[in-house]
Order: sequence, then C-alpha cells, then structure tokens
Amino acid sequence: MSFQPVKFYQTGTFTVGNRLLAPDERSVQASQRRSNSISSGHRACQGCGEALGARYAIDAAMEASNGQLIAANATGCLEVFSTPYPESSWQVPWIHSLFGNAAAVATGIAAAMKVKGKPEVRVVAQGGDGGTTDIGFGCLSGMFERNDDVLYICYDNEAYMNTGVQRSSATPPAARTSTTMPVGPEPGNVFGQGKNVPEIAMAHGIPYVATATVADLRDLEYKVKKAMSMHGARYLHIFVPCPLGWGAASDATISLARLAKETGLFPVFEAENGEVTGVLKIRHQQPVENYLMPQKRFAHLFGKNAHPETVARIQAKAERNIRKYGLLATEEN
Amino acid sequence: MLKQIEGSKAVAQGVALCRPEVICAYPISPQTHIVEALGKMVKGGELTPCEFINVESEFAAMSVAIGASAAGARSYTATASQGLLFMAEAVYNASGLGLPIVMTVANRAIGAPINIWNDHSDALSQRDSGWLQLFAETNQEALDLHIQAFRLAEEISMPVMVCMDGFILTHAFERVDVPEQAQVDAYLPPFVPRQSLDPAEPMSIGAMVGPEAFMEVRYLAHAKQMQALERIPQLSAEFKTIFGRDSGGLVRTYCTEDADTIIIAMGSILGTIKDTVDEMRAEGHKIGVLGITSYRPFPLTQVRDALIHAKRFLVLEKSLAVGMGGILATDVRMAVTGTGLRGFTAIAGLGGRPIYKSSLHKLFRQAEKEELPPNTFLDLDWNVVNKQLEREKQMRRSGPIAENVLHDLGIVSAKFG
Amino acid sequence: MFQVRFHGRGGQGVVTAAEMLSVAAFDEGHHAQAFPSFGSERTGAPVVAFCRIDQKEIRLREPIIEPDALIIQDPTLLHQVDIFAGFKPDGYVLINTGKSFEDLGLSEHIQAAYLDRWCAVAATEISIKHLGRPMPNVPLLGGFAAVSGKIKLASVIKAINGKFSGKVAAGNIAAATEAYEKVMAEKQAALRGGKNA
Repeated sequence: MSFQPVKFYQTGTFTVGNRLLAPDERSVQASQRRSNSISSGHRACQGCGEALGARYAIDAAMEASNGQLIAANATGCLEVFSTPYPESSWQVPWIHSLFGNAAAVATGIAAAMKVKGKPEVRVVAQGGDGGTTDIGFGCLSGMFERNDDVLYICYDNEAYMNTGVQRSSATPPAARTSTTMPVGPEPGNVFGQGKNVPEIAMAHGIPYVATATVADLRDLEYKVKKAMSMHGARYLHIFVPCPLGWGAASDATISLARLAKETGLFPVFEAENGEVTGVLKIRHQQPVENYLMPQKRFAHLFGKNAHPETVARIQAKAERNIRKYGLLATEEN
Repeated sequence: MLKQIEGSKAVAQGVALCRPEVICAYPISPQTHIVEALGKMVKGGELTPCEFINVESEFAAMSVAIGASAAGARSYTATASQGLLFMAEAVYNASGLGLPIVMTVANRAIGAPINIWNDHSDALSQRDSGWLQLFAETNQEALDLHIQAFRLAEEISMPVMVCMDGFILTHAFERVDVPEQAQVDAYLPPFVPRQSLDPAEPMSIGAMVGPEAFMEVRYLAHAKQMQALERIPQLSAEFKTIFGRDSGGLVRTYCTEDADTIIIAMGSILGTIKDTVDEMRAEGHKIGVLGITSYRPFPLTQVRDALIHAKRFLVLEKSLAVGMGGILATDVRMAVTGTGLRGFTAIAGLGGRPIYKSSLHKLFRQAEKEELPPNTFLDLDWNVVNKQLEREKQMRRSGPIAENVLHDLGIVSAKFG
Repeated sequence: MFQVRFHGRGGQGVVTAAEMLSVAAFDEGHHAQAFPSFGSERTGAPVVAFCRIDQKEIRLREPIIEPDALIIQDPTLLHQVDIFAGFKPDGYVLINTGKSFEDLGLSEHIQAAYLDRWCAVAATEISIKHLGRPMPNVPLLGGFAAVSGKIKLASVIKAINGKFSGKVAAGNIAAATEAYEKVMAEKQAALRGGKNA
C-alpha cells in the first residue's frame, strides 16, 4: 500500500469528510492555510482535469515547502488558460518560457537558488503530456540524468489539447484525435506505439517517481509531499481527464479518472531509485468498457460498426498492467 | 596582467572575473576551450560561488540560462554555428523576456555542408532576435567585450552576444592584458534584476500577449537597443578610464579622415585589412577602414558619418545572404541611403577560407577604380563552380554538390558514376 | 615581422610548439601570434602551425605564406607536402632528422651563402633519450633558438616550465638544451666553412 487512506467517506462519491477530521488530518485542499496557488478566474474549460490537478499539486507543494516555491511551466493548456493577458491566476512565482524546455528552465532556477544560498526555495516544473513526453523529452531526460533538484509534474490528458486535440506519444491506442481519425482499417490511434514516461523516469534511477490521478486527492497530495521531502530529480505523472478533448461530460472528470485506475488502464504507483515501492490497489475492478463508453473519442469502437476485438485488446492491456504492478487487492493486502 | 595565452582561455578568464553565477554549456567546436576552462575553474573552487551545468543540448543550455537569469542569477553560455541554430527558439525567448544573459558565439559557418571553420553566418542568422551583437577584432577585445557585455546587458535588461572568430581568434595565442578583479568589480556591479522569480514577491513571467499589446512589447525591445546606441560608447569610455585601453564602442575608424575609399568589415579580418591599407597608404592611396564593433544595434548614424566624405566604400564580409548578396552590406547601404555613395560588396572567407593580404591588395585597387561588380566572391575558384554547373546541365543524377566539388579539387578520392 | 612555419603530423605537438615559441617570444618582450592551420586534424595527418614574432602589435591573420623560418618536425612530409612554398632563400630551416640534407634530397635548395641557416637535428632521438617518448617539438625549439638566434634558450626553458612540471619539464629542458648545443655546433661548423651537411 502506498499510503493509509482515511477509513470513512461518503458513499457514492468517496468524498472524505474533512469536517469530521481533526485539522491536522485534513487534506491541503480543505485547509484554511491553502495557498490557492492557482486562483479562480482562469479560463479553463468546465470540468478541466488539468486545472484541478494543478491546484491540488501546487497547493500541496506550497504547503510542503512553506510557501518557498518557484514554478516553471511549459506551453500548453495550463499555461494558456492560467495567464490570459493581462491577467494571471498564479499566486506563486511562475515562468513560462517555451514548449520543450520547462525541465531545463527549472534546472536553471534551481541552480540560481543554490548559488544564491537559498536551498529552502524549491523548484517545480510542469507541463502537459505533449510538452513532457514529446518535445520536452530531451530536456526532461537531461534533468533526470543530472539529478537536478527539480520536481517535474506532468499533467497527462493524452493529447495536444490546446492546439486542437492532436495525438501525442501519450495518446492511448484506439483513441480518436484530430491526427488519428476513426477511419480506415485501424481507426483511431494505432496500437504498438506510445511511451511510458514514468517507467523511463524510473530507468534513470531518480530518487522518486509516482503516478496519480485527480480522483484520489489524498493520494496525490501525499505523493507531492513525499516528493517534496526529497531532493534531486523527482517525477510525478498525473492523469487528468479532458472533457473537451475526450468528448466526455464535464462532470465526469473525477469518475473517469477513477475508472482509469479501477480498470487497470492507468496504474497508480510510486517508485524510488528505479524500483516500485507502493501501489494504489484497485478497489473494484471494472471492465474497460465502463471507462471507454462515456468518451466520444472511443465512440467508434461501439455502436453500429463496433470493434469488440479492439476493446478486447484494450482489456488485455489493462490485464497486463494489473499483473505487472500487482494492482488487485488480495487476501494479504 | 600581460599574458600570452589562447584566445579561449583569455575569454574564460575575462568571464570568470565578471563573477558569473550560473554557467551552462554544451560542447561545440570552436568554443569548447572556453567552457572547459570555466568548468575547471568552478570545479577547482577558483570561481565561486558558481554553478556549472553540463547540459544535454544547446537548446537546454539557453533554457537553463533563461531559468537562472529569471531567478536573478548572472548567467553565461557559449556556442557556435549549429548549436546557435539548435537553440534559436530559446534565443528569441531570452530576448523577448528581457533576460540579461551573455553568450559567446565563436563564429563558425553553418552547414550543410558541415564546416567547423570561421565565418559570420551563425551570429548573423540571429540578427533579428533582439540580442545585442558585438564583434571582437582581437582576443584582447574579446575579453574586454564580455565585461562590457554583462554591464550593458544588465543595465538595459537585454541579452548580449559577444562574437569572436572561431579558430582565428579562439585558438590563437596572443598577448592579452587580463584585468584585476578589483578593476572588473569597479566596472561591473552585482546583478540587480528588473524582474525575478522570488517567493517573497510572486509574479508571472512569460504570459501570452495578443494583438492588442504585442506591437508595443516588440517596440520596447527595439527601444532598448536604441538606448544601447547611446550607452555603448559611454560604457566604452568608462572602460577606458578603468582599464586604460580603447575597447568596444560602436565603430572604429582607421585612416578614414581623407580617404576616398573606405573598407568596412567586422571581426579579426580588420587586422589584415589594416596591414593592407598601411601598405597602400605608403604608396599614396587614400584608403581607410571602418570597423563595426556593434552590429546590433546597428550604428546607422556613425556609419554614415564615417563614410559621408568618401567617394566609395567596399564591404568585405564573411557572410552571404543566399539569393540576395551581402548581409552586412545591406545594413551599410541602409546607413548611406540618399548620399549617392557608391558601394561594393565582397563576400570572403566563407567556411574558413583564408583571406590573403595579396588578395586584398588586388581587391582594394579594383574597388578604388570601381572595377568591381556589385557582388564579388573573393578568390572563388570559377573553374570548379562552372564545372559543377555544367555537370548539372548535362545530367539529372549529378550527385551531391559538395562531394563533387571536393572531388574536383582533389580532396577526396571517391568515385562517382 | 619574423614568420615561422611548423610542419609535422598530428600527434607530434606541432601546435604546442608554435604556441610555446610565441610564449618564449612574449617572455622576451616581443609581440607574438601563434595559431594552427585549420585543416582537419587527426593523428598522422599533415599539420601546419604558425608563429609570428614582431616588435609591435601583430594584426595580420592570414596563414604564413612567406616564412622566414621552417621547422620541419617530420621529414617524411618533404615529398608529400610543398613544405618550401613561399620560403625565402635567406630563411632558416630546421629539420628533425639524423640524416644529411643530401640524403633527404635537399642539397639543391641550400644556397652557399646561407649554409649556416640550414640545420638538422635528431630531435626525436633526443626526446626519447630525455623523456622516454618521441616528442621532438620541444627539442626543436631549442634547436631553433640556436639556428636563428631569434629567441634565447633561456626563454624556451621558461616556456617549458610554464607548460610542464616535474620530470617532464626537466626532461624537456634537457632535450631542448642538447638540441640547442648540437645545432649551435653545426651552425658554427658551417660558418667556419666546414659544414658537415
């Protein structure tokens, strides 16, 4: 188990009753001291998973660093909707440079803090999947390899959303994007491609790698705080549904994130120095259809010209993850 | 202190005296000796406090410098040619954000074909990026310009590129006077940023700017370079009072007062040009030299003032605007618009082709007699060129141009078709 | 201005030799400029390096095309590269060899009036003797001081101490000194008219 969940919650929503907890047991989001790092008024879509994930993550990082935090942000949805000229939602020192260099910019900031004798000031880099797994990959790997004192947070909504939903190396098989249309013999994104950046991060042997979703707030906050308790290169990969890009209802963000975990399609785990040290178990395993059907980007797999064999392949992928990471709770755990 | 050292080492020592706080670099010929020397100084504790970061690409190098500079640290990097192009997006980003990064560009040709030797195409490819660009004539000036660059950059909050000819200057051993730390400290105060990432005063840097404000923001970058046109001579004068020598400035004239013909150039070639001009003066030719030190901002007024009393000018440049002609020449012509001055362009030294004094003697005499076409390619082997053009006329699969030329020159023995 | 052109192969320290000569000249209060030819370098390939010495600032940047002195570190280059291109007949030549100029086929290059300006010294053997490895560049500088008189041996020694330390410096100094003495003897013999070419 990666953390000890609070044992009671409201049925149906799994909301953890913060008013029923002592103040020091409450989540950062429920705290009166919450830094509100990304304030309201930003221009994200209704139900944006990335806005939620950023709020959760950066507030937790601010708590962990006593408010001594600087953030570097890649180009992308988060950067665009949080800083619509002439406004900014950020209440932390924040810089946006380019699409592919957030990790390198963060390295520079960390070096500056070191040389200025300010080790208490911590550095976070953040970007979407496009800016992390594709164009930012070189700088990310360089930052990992040097073990620079940066926490890199990737908000993964599985495509280049801000430019109109184009495929990235994080786009799952069979998903429709504007560059992987649901036509032809293999509709949607093809199988056999894609990049598992958390595992690549682990291969760099960095101190801490973790995945999380916006459905499990406490798990996410725990992982941010754990990462912030360490120094060196750390990577957090957060699954953030995108209602617009995925063609999902704007109130389904959290349930979709939960389903990604409960089907086994998105393994939630943490690793230290290249080895998995904890896994968030699936509570009640769900068939992948329950996750795929509410999203229009998978609509071509169902209905009149259904592709049950593709759905079966996706299910097989989920089963592999479950096996590989030990995602199902057994008698012992 | 006077030393006989390699140009790269001189620059490294000059940069170190400027108390840089973050140095990041990726190796590329011919700048590597500079960052190697700096890296050694940092690792050995000679240069402290300073963080030296071995980055994984030039794009990362400029990006790390951006982060460090935005966080208030005095930042430095060095590159050339392909590396400068690889970081091009970040180069524009740095100037757009107004970050006073100083970068050495060890001028080198850009491929294809790959070529590691000197010309000015790399720096000039970034001439519109917003970076200030200063060209050193000697290794002494290369060292001195870095000190002036940090001061200028931080004052106006814009990045500065110090350009020095790759190999010709970087790898040449010559006499330099390496200043004392106290002199540099007197000239260059600690970095006080106009903006910085600071938890005590959070701000957002790098927001999107739309049509409603972009023109104003870009104009302000231009305005800063216009301010630099005034400050550069003043900073050079101040440099002289502390360090005791002429260095930097916008332009430098040599024997131009009564000259009928003026040769214009940038960088180390000015040395060979001056020797040629001295010999021609001894024979009674009224010829002079205008060296341009500040290429960006381009000193339109000073160039015009230097040329206005001459009859003609010749721009000798190590750069080529393919499909157009000279690059420096175009800027010079802008300066003399409306004066009726007759101008000629000579493209020379591309890819490290040596420029011989004997060739300059011929060229300058032709310029005096105005017996030059608008564009001259100095010492071009027309036989080889025409042979290739003919080859292309005769057959479709004429082969790669570079390899054909090398074959014709007898440099490679590869056989074709 | 005095212009020295060095010829050798990659790995023989040709560039270092030019640099050290410039340092020696600087130590004597001259202006000096040293730089390598900018061809592709790899071990064994022909390498050229240049050193200019003058009493005023050196502004010229072209490769040396009319050398006042040639230092030839590898005689196998003699018939491979046009070593004597632009060489002034009254210039100085120092060749790293144990052979005679006749054996090398160079006799017709040497004018009688300048017999004493052409010297040969087995610098590789001297360096092996004092350093244990073939590195003829430094002894040749000692030889150059002797044949040309343009720099003092003491300046060469100072340049050696500036670049090397400990046993390597000592070995180089011994090698440079031996080469100096041998070349000086050869030069004196030529001046006396009995050159053992």
